[in-house]
Order: sequence, then C-alpha cells, then structure tokens
Amino acid sequence: MLRDIWTISKKDIREVIFSRGNKRGGLISILVVVGLIGVYFPLFSQDTWFTSPIAVLNWAWMPIFMVTSLVTDSIAGERERHTLETLLASRVTDQAILLGKISAAVLYGWGLFMVSLLVGAVTINVANWGGPLQFYPLDFFIACAGLSLLLCVFISTIGVFVSLRAPTARIAYQRLSLSMLALVLLPVVLTQFLPQGSLVPMLAALETINLQKAFLILGIALLALDVLFILAALARFKRTRLILE
Amino acid sequence: MNYSIECKQLSKNFGTLRAVQGVSMQIPTGSVFGLLGPNGSGKTTTIRLMLGLLQPDAGSVRVFGLDPISQGDQVREQCGALLEHTGLYERLSAEDNLQFYGQLWHMPQRELQARIKELLGKLDLWDRRKEIVGSWSRGMKQKLAVARAMLHQPKLVFLDEPTSGLDPVAAAALNNDLLKLVKDEQATIFLTTHILSEAEKVCNLVGVLRRGELIAFGGPHTLTQSTRNAIVDIFGQGLTDPAILEKLRNMPQVRQVEAVDGHLEIGLEGTAEPSEVVKTLVMNGASVDEVRRRKAGLEESFLKLMEEENA
Ligand SMILES: Nc1ncnc2c1ncn2[C@@H]1O[C@H](COP(=O)(O)OP(=O)(O)O)[C@@H](O)[C@H]1O
Ligand SMILES: [Mg+2]
Repeated sequence: MLRDIWTISKKDIREVIFSRGNKRGGLISILVVVGLIGVYFPLFSQDTWFTSPIAVLNWAWMPIFMVTSLVTDSIAGERERHTLETLLASRVTDQAILLGKISAAVLYGWGLFMVSLLVGAVTINVANWGGPLQFYPLDFFIACAGLSLLLCVFISTIGVFVSLRAPTARIAYQRLSLSMLALVLLPVVLTQFLPQGSLVPMLAALETINLQKAFLILGIALLALDVLFILAALARFKRTRLILE
Repeated sequence: MNYSIECKQLSKNFGTLRAVQGVSMQIPTGSVFGLLGPNGSGKTTTIRLMLGLLQPDAGSVRVFGLDPISQGDQVREQCGALLEHTGLYERLSAEDNLQFYGQLWHMPQRELQARIKELLGKLDLWDRRKEIVGSWSRGMKQKLAVARAMLHQPKLVFLDEPTSGLDPVAAAALNNDLLKLVKDEQATIFLTTHILSEAEKVCNLVGVLRRGELIAFGGPHTLTQSTRNAIVDIFGQGLTDPAILEKLRNMPQVRQVEAVDGHLEIGLEGTAEPSEVVKTLVMNGASVDEVRRRKAGLEESFLKLMEEENA
C-alpha cells in the first residue's frame, strides 16, 4: 500500500514537472518559487527574516497554490485526459490511488515550502558572511513546518472533492483557487463590517495573544479537519462511482 | 474445462437504457475471445463489468471464480487492460509510462527493464522509448498501450477495440503484432471489435453482441463459413413437384424444404453439402440451373445487424 502510494505520488509530481511538455519548463517554475521565497524575499527583509518571522508566513500562500494546481491536475486532469480508468483497472486499491494523489500534492507544495525556508536560512547566513550563524527560532520553525503540512493536507482534501465534481482540470483549478481566495479574504472583508473603533482594541488584543497557544489550537483544529476530510474522501473515492460520472 | 470468465444473465442498465441484457457465456482459459458488435452494443460496458469498474444490475460475473465487485482487487491483480482510451500519460515518455505501471504491479526493477525491452523491441518502439507519448501517432500509442496491458504477464488481457481509429494498414500491422504477442504470452485474451475480419483472423472464439444481447457465440468458422445450418437456393425446372419435395424432406441432410416462386429454399443440417440434394433432384427428373449458397448463421446475422446500425 505505501509502495503504491509512493509510486503514484512520484508519477503525479513528475507529470506536473513535465506539464509544459519539457522537463526544463517545469523545473524553472520550481526554481522561481524557491528563488523568491528562498533568496529574494530573505535578502529583501534581511535581518527581520529571522527576528520577525511573521514575514515568512506572508509567503505561505505560494505552496498553497502549488498544492491546488497539483491536486486538480492529478484528479480532474487525469479523468479529463482519460487515464484514470486505466489506473482504476489496475491492481491498485481505491485508497492507494486517493492517498497517492493527496500525498503528491502535499509533497509538492509543502516540500517546496520547506526547501525554500531552508534555502532562505542559507541565503541570510551567506549574506551576513562572517557574522554569527543564524536560524529561525526553533519553536517557530517547527510550528511553521507542522501548520503548513496540516494546511496542505487540508487543501488537497478539499481539492479532491472539487476535482471530482468539476468536468475539467482547469475548472477544478479555478474553483479551488477561488475558494482559497475567499478563505483568505473573508477575515479582511469581515473587518469592514465591524463597528467603528473596535478594530484598534482587537489588534491590541492580538498582540498580547500567546502565539504558541494560538498555533497549538490552530494545529489541533486543522488536524481534526484533515482526519475528517480524508475519511470523507476515502468514502467517496470508489471506482464503481468514478466511472459513471 | 477451465474457464477464466463465466457470466450468467449479466445485465447492466443506465437509466432506462439496457446496455447489457442477460449475457451468459463461458470463456475457456487460454482462448482468444473476440466480442463483436457495432458501436453502442455494450462491449465496453461488458469489459467494465468484468473488471469490477461497474456494478451489475442483475446476473453474475466471475473472473477466475472471483466476484469483480467484492473481490475486485484480486481480480484486477491477474488482469491487464487496454480500455476504450489508451490511458497513456501523454506528457511522459513511453518508457516512463511502462515504468510507472511496472512499479504499480510490483515488478522487480531488473525484470521490468528486461520486459520493457522485450515488448518494445517486438513492437518496434524500443528506439523511440524516450520520446514524449503525446507526440506519437495513434497507431504507436495503441501499440504502447497493448505493451502496457501485457507488461506484467497477466493471465487475462482485455483489449477494447485495439485497432479503433487506425487506418487499415496500421490496423493490419497491429493485428499482426497482436497475433505474435498472443502466441508468446499464453494468456487468455478478451478483445472487442466491430470488424468481423479482425475477429476471424485473431480469435479462436467469438461472440456477437447486439443492443446488449449476446446473439451468437462459437468458433470463428461459424462466422465465416456458411456450413452451419446453411440455406441453399436452387433454381431450375420441375423442382416443385410434390413427389420430389416429399423425397427431399426424407433426406437426412435436409432440415427443411420450401418452394418459393418456383425455386427451392433448402435448409441443410450441420455441415451437409448440397450435392446430394442436387443428385436427388436430377434423378427424379428435375433440371437444375443454379445452386446458390446463402451466407448464413453468424455471418448473416452479423452483417444484418451491422447494416441496421449503419442505416
Ligand atoms: N456511463 C454511462 N452512462 C450512460 N450510458 C452509458 C454509459 N456507458 C455506456 N452507456 C451507453 O450504453 C450503451 C453501450 O455502450 P458501450 O458499452 O460503450 O458500447 P460499445 O463499447 O459496444 O460501443 C450505449 O448506448 C452507451 O451510450
Ligand atoms: Mg466501446
């Protein structure tokens, strides 16, 4: 089972890297992401990259969009290109196919994000050559890794449901991106409707919040959602149903 | 006899459309079975039912004695398939496509490499294995998909219209390749086609599907030789004399005799030849101008149904 999941993940990632018809095109887009999060932004924010790590989180949406593109391509795209049925006719179980596709998206998005963060650390140290060795605050780094992992799983499971309903990979991608955007914009829009003057004390309250506790709560909530959504996706992803659609 | 596939009264509906209706058949292990039928007659649906990709509405199907729905993983473990679409990853190379499926079948890497070389070699694709499949011709893709279906040496291979979309030359070439592979592989083959001559050439057992119903089943000779329950038309003078008709009816080779418009329609038993009938006629004073053998049995029904569908 694990072996099948890994085989499918590898294939899905390879396919996306080849998606522009040549390996170079796919690799270039990966280099752009790593270049931006790993080199450009760290150099841009210099010393604050480590000391005020919230800046790092500003770029967390990038891997999210990579998850979005991979999961829609590997499920809606595979059906659109008529390769899914042949896969379903093979010896692999429904579960292995689904989990393989979710892990492909997670490995691709989360993996690239983590690589970018590590490259970012190297960049800063190289830029301040001769100075003391620096790294992200360890608790922040761990929280960042954990939360982004849970978030990537969350988005890819939503991506599964969106992909199963969409007729094409492009439409699936658009719908999933829109819902991600809505998720990000919702808090911003909501603040517009708050009574005048209530924003300032709220922001003040946010500053005093225990960041560790907040991350922990967020993490547990995401974990619970992930488990729930994966179970729901497993119940939904059955070959006899997939062929009929 | 050992059967790889057995189905009884197998049926599948899509809403009110009866795609497969009460199909019963047994496919002996080791045979090359061809399921013939025009577009929309239910060939693809039948294959999907056998692979557990669709759930039957009535009847049963057993593959290696297993139920494709409740024991689907075990069934598919022993099968290979080229379905309606090639199912190839067009953004990957030919070799990557086979590598992926070989790994899914848990083939050891060395064995997989050797097998890829063997199959691509036989199909004249070895030199082009690094090319992206999307740039290939339809014929090359079909060949690669056949290789993928046979890669892990499955006991049972489904090939759904392997020559569809190919020009006659490419189709003939693919059929030759199929014949070659079938000889070497010793697998049971279940292929579908809407081309009679194709089934005749490749298969040793055929069935004809029409609007979801299996209207014929047997060896390919029954399709092309009109010997089985053949009907002969005999033209001449003095044929319809009642005494002569009586004599003919008493012959063991003759199943039925009918006088129509002054000529005779004679239904022959089994593999009987019309020469005895002609002899009897001549000896009893009739003169025979012409004996015409009708296309009969499976071929007649198949041609008739193809005409209906084309109309
Ligand atoms: N998933 C489906 N939903 C609805 N109708 C279908 C579906 N699959 C096949 N059919 C219908 O069932 C009939 C048989 O189709 P099919 O098995 O594909 O025939 P063939 O392979 O012989 O061309 C056709 O009328 C087709 O339109
Ligand atoms: Mg078909």
